[in-house]
Amino acid sequence: METLLPIFVAAVRSGTPILYATLGEILTEKAGVMNLGLEGIMLMGALSGFAASLWGGSPLIGLAAAFAVGACLGLIHAFLSVTLGSNQVVCGLAMTMFGGGASALAGRSYIGMTIPGLDSWSIPVISKLPVIGRIFFSQDIMVYASFALVFLMMFFLHRTRPGMNLRAAGDNPKAADAMGLPVAGIRYLYTVIGAGLVALGGAYMSVVYNKFWAEGMTAGRGWIAVAMVIFAIWNPLQAALGAYLFGGVETFQLRLQAAGARVPAPLLMMLPYLMTILVLLFISAGKGHKVSLSAPAALGIPFYREERE
Amino acid sequence: MRLRAEKRIDSPAWMTFMTTALSVLLALTAGGVFLYLQGVSPFAAYAAILKSAFGSGYDLSETAVKALPLAIVSLAVMLSFTMLVWNIGGEGQALVGALAAAAVVRYFPVGSKPAMLSMMALAAVFAGGFWAGIAGLLKAKWNVNEIITTLMLNYIAMRLLEYFVYGPWRDPSSLGFPMTKPFIAAARLPSLWGTRIHMGIYALFFLTAVMEILLWRTRFGYEIRVMGDNARAARYAGMDCMKKVVGVMFISGAIAGFAGMCEVSGLQGRLQSGFSAQYGYTAIIVAWLSHLRPSLSLIIAFLMGALLVGGEALQIGMGLPMASAQILQGLILFFVLGGEFFQNYRVRIDAG
Repeated sequence: METLLPIFVAAVRSGTPILYATLGEILTEKAGVMNLGLEGIMLMGALSGFAASLWGGSPLIGLAAAFAVGACLGLIHAFLSVTLGSNQVVCGLAMTMFGGGASALAGRSYIGMTIPGLDSWSIPVISKLPVIGRIFFSQDIMVYASFALVFLMMFFLHRTRPGMNLRAAGDNPKAADAMGLPVAGIRYLYTVIGAGLVALGGAYMSVVYNKFWAEGMTAGRGWIAVAMVIFAIWNPLQAALGAYLFGGVETFQLRLQAAGARVPAPLLMMLPYLMTILVLLFISAGKGHKVSLSAPAALGIPFYREERE
Repeated sequence: MRLRAEKRIDSPAWMTFMTTALSVLLALTAGGVFLYLQGVSPFAAYAAILKSAFGSGYDLSETAVKALPLAIVSLAVMLSFTMLVWNIGGEGQALVGALAAAAVVRYFPVGSKPAMLSMMALAAVFAGGFWAGIAGLLKAKWNVNEIITTLMLNYIAMRLLEYFVYGPWRDPSSLGFPMTKPFIAAARLPSLWGTRIHMGIYALFFLTAVMEILLWRTRFGYEIRVMGDNARAARYAGMDCMKKVVGVMFISGAIAGFAGMCEVSGLQGRLQSGFSAQYGYTAIIVAWLSHLRPSLSLIIAFLMGALLVGGEALQIGMGLPMASAQILQGLILFFVLGGEFFQNYRVRIDAG
């Protein structure tokens, strides 16, 4: 156990960017909007988080800036997909390209710099608990915030009026509209907040995890988060499970590389992507009916009041 | 006062053309603003792009060289997009196609050019088709999201390529560069007209014609278009969507795989890491901008090729990251998507 413990600790840390991105996307998709631009938004979040930490002198300023930049990108996506009813798949691809390119261009002067970043902070008392104290409560505040977010979202989506309105906009916008809910407004709001959370996931990579910026540093994590949303069947708690599973595989392959395993590094680096496919297959084949039942019924379909029958 | 959108009864072809052209223009303007904010003179940047892409006969031929794989891969993804199956994996399929072609050269070299090239093409087509077929099969059988599987397969293909060029296939005399030995002469597609344009261009014209007929003049094309437009209607008409998904993905991947082989056999003459420069993703824009019309994609691919050549010019001449061209690609897509709204709707201002 003692030898495995550091792997679990690292798995939580390396799963946290994916967790934020997955939670953000769950919020957006539950409202009926599909945002596939996660990879681009994460990269923009990573860059703005890093740059703002550097100039603002505090990692918290960096994280706030990342959220704001993500929210702005979410606004673009909301305008195109909610107001103009554009194809959301293509729109997401456009966001991926734009975010990848813009972060590379704007970040070219930050390459090679490091920041102090956010340090870890053990929660008094409970971090002394055996095993789980080390794994979950000797991390940094962004990890603790993600725990809180998981439970907050569970509660919000299923136990509060605004949460139910959100789900109504994603499941049956026509009925939601008949109830007098502002469907477009709801979709805007959660696309913007969701994208902000996605950008926080990116910022976690540059501000907390690596403490540097590199072009394309998310390496497909945005897309993996899209997969994790399905794996989690839109359930925040299960999203945490998926994210840590990914983090575990990532940590495992890094350790193997560091330990000088005889398997070549490129083959080890395939593991997270391979696992994403397997996990998706497992959930789609095993619980296919549950996936189609949990998917927001109007996901990705624009809604216009004028087209009511 | 309030704005109201009214559906247009029809949108004539000239309007489609005008909105697309205007969208691209607006995208370039927005890109210019972004460049300016980054301390880069947009005029200098665009001048560099134009000059490097269209400046001379040689530059034009280089643009065509870049456009060639783009056009082929865009034909590939177009086929799947027509039935609203999102093959985002053109990149990975081209990579495994190139990998398979290189494997044939390495393990079964023959002296006769026609024999060698057809073996390579066959291997590339099957490898690409297989790679996309995996995603197609998973979708057809278990409804696994094909966007994610094709994307993950891109990353896996990239690592696979790295494994071979850094590992067992590395040329010992390459001074540590991740590349294989140069292909034997029989494995090279001949260049044409004294430029780097190679015979793959004939294949492109042929494929474009075939796709144009397949999509718009055959029952197969009609069925996949119906499935894309209205899956429910297709089901009621007795069309088996799921069976078609696997077939469409296989053909789509096969074409992309062929593009990969053309790149290594016609242009580079060896397999090396990072040879594809994200053609697979740019091809998606080409497919969308050409409104899924194969013949139109030839022109759009050429213009996008210009942007790629321009991207290199920005990198070499102005020291900007290669990815800068992606900003323009993303913006063009954004504005074209937005522009489509104004093709389909008329915006009215109501008083009161």
